[in-house]
Amino acid sequence: MTAFPLDPRALTNDVSSEPIRAGFGRGLLAAGELDERVVALCADLTDSTQMHLFKDRFPRRFVQVGVAEQNLVTVASGMARAGKIPFTSSYAAFSPGRNWEQFKTTAALNDQPVTIVGSHAGINVGPDGATHQMLEDIALMRVIPNTRVIAPADSIEAEKATRALASDPGPSYIRLARDATPVFTTADSPFEIGKAYVLRSGTDISIITTGTMTYQGLLAAEILADRGLSAEVVHVPTIKPLDEETILNSIRKTRYAATIEEAQIAGGLGSAVAELASLRCPIPIDRFGMKDRFGESGTPAKLLEVFRLTGPQLADDIEQCVRERTAAASLAAPTEVADALAH
Amino acid sequence: MITRESVVHSDEDLKRIAGTIRRDIISMLAAAKSGHSAGPLGMAELLAVLYFHSMLHDPQNPDWDKRDVFYLSNGHTAPVLYAAMARAGYFPVDELQTLRQFGSRLQGHPERLALPGLESTSGPLGSGLSQAAGYAYVLQEIDQVNQRWVYTIMGDGEINEGNVWEAAMFAGKYALGNLIAFIDRNNIQIDGSTEDVMPLRDLRGKWESFDWHVLEIDGNNVRSIIDAIGLAKAVTAKPTMIIANTVPGKGVPFMEYNHRWHGMPPTSEQADIALLALEGATAP
Repeated sequence: MTAFPLDPRALTNDVSSEPIRAGFGRGLLAAGELDERVVALCADLTDSTQMHLFKDRFPRRFVQVGVAEQNLVTVASGMARAGKIPFTSSYAAFSPGRNWEQFKTTAALNDQPVTIVGSHAGINVGPDGATHQMLEDIALMRVIPNTRVIAPADSIEAEKATRALASDPGPSYIRLARDATPVFTTADSPFEIGKAYVLRSGTDISIITTGTMTYQGLLAAEILADRGLSAEVVHVPTIKPLDEETILNSIRKTRYAATIEEAQIAGGLGSAVAELASLRCPIPIDRFGMKDRFGESGTPAKLLEVFRLTGPQLADDIEQCVRERTAAASLAAPTEVADALAH
Repeated sequence: MITRESVVHSDEDLKRIAGTIRRDIISMLAAAKSGHSAGPLGMAELLAVLYFHSMLHDPQNPDWDKRDVFYLSNGHTAPVLYAAMARAGYFPVDELQTLRQFGSRLQGHPERLALPGLESTSGPLGSGLSQAAGYAYVLQEIDQVNQRWVYTIMGDGEINEGNVWEAAMFAGKYALGNLIAFIDRNNIQIDGSTEDVMPLRDLRGKWESFDWHVLEIDGNNVRSIIDAIGLAKAVTAKPTMIIANTVPGKGVPFMEYNHRWHGMPPTSEQADIALLALEGATAP
């Protein structure tokens, strides 16, 4: 297996940062240059969802629909039927928050290549508070058949994912974030719809992550290594369709998984991994993310800390979970993890 | 070759076709033992005119790139659409008897992937006008194609949905002159009269205030429908809303004007009575 290229500054203080949505804006522009069927629709958030780049370059292919998210995806469905490849953007809280049925019926069931671009997902929305912090979107979209769900980890990956969606059109949801987050992948890092990537190899535990939490998962793995726990980090940018083999290869080796997502743990990535594992590799899994509660106002950094979604906190919590599970299990049968912890 | 002229049928033919569609609706629903009766019966003339007069389309080539486009927004009235499509030659008339059965291409509500010739999948209310507007937008504003029109039919109860008014603003703003929409104004919805459930009151005024060209017609009169479509095409600077006043359950005396027949099929005995009434109504 070839190593997944990470920016050499990825885990240093020199790592650069940029909002994931900025990569989407560049990706859409590039997709528009490549294929004139690509069109963009926005519900009155053109700049903040980064569609202005496309709008300025292709004004005739940009459609302002106003604050009307139900119309946003249904107009897009009609445009798709007329031969276009529509990207529709708003805040994730409103789209898919307000147009889930319209997407399900007129895009997914109707098999039209409409992409919902949910900007401002997760608690990193910050001061706007709980109403604007979309945490349920992965669960909502993952249950719709014929729908792809993608949560890029940084702006570089978001650009690649956007271009990939445009060149392989189908009903899709892509999840973006408002706040600037570390840019740790590179232009050479691979991205394919439906593929998960091992960013760091390990033998004791699997840390399985998506979106903004992949970076925090890498930080946690680094800290755990110092404590004698070898963590493999599996980045899952495509939550649906799930790259089952890459995940199974990791958990068959480590026999333990911690999943991390900036979303409700009910129905999200952690649930997807648990569903897979329960059938094909039953192992203990701890799920980290938003645990059945709403967010609130605060700076993104403060909120990540409050909800224990920073790398150091995750390292502590994962280690504790592993110790507790090991203590319980080692009474019966010592495991490799117990051996590692014993040293 | 199919041309605008070649699809045109005479008014007398259209009336006869509407009668045939009504008999198909009754026999389909009786065989299916579930489904909606009143709306489809009331819309028979609208579908007859669209599929046998006004729309350019080719049943042998459903995705023909010169076709006019029709979105059935109130998908629960599928029987009237299926009957019109079968009679137009999209699929064998015998297949109408498979409505709502397992494995049928005639799903309880229309599914595009199941049946060639459908433009979309519909049933959940309020989304057809938006899709029609999206299609019309592409033709008018992006591809700049003339001489293709996009049609949709909504129910009057359906326009309780907020999605409809989002689309109303959108089509008005972009002055989609190639968009021709109908409201099947039959005054009933599931729970009763439209004016009791959620009053629509001044429908003309509502749509005019959204910058639509509005016409009100007798929706059970084929000549009125043809003339309204002609007027709609003549007004190129605005989308047109044709408020088609129809009789729910039209042609079947015990169903007419009765909201209880909105979502109910006839029993086989009721179907026999209904077919007799419809035979009489369309006898020469």
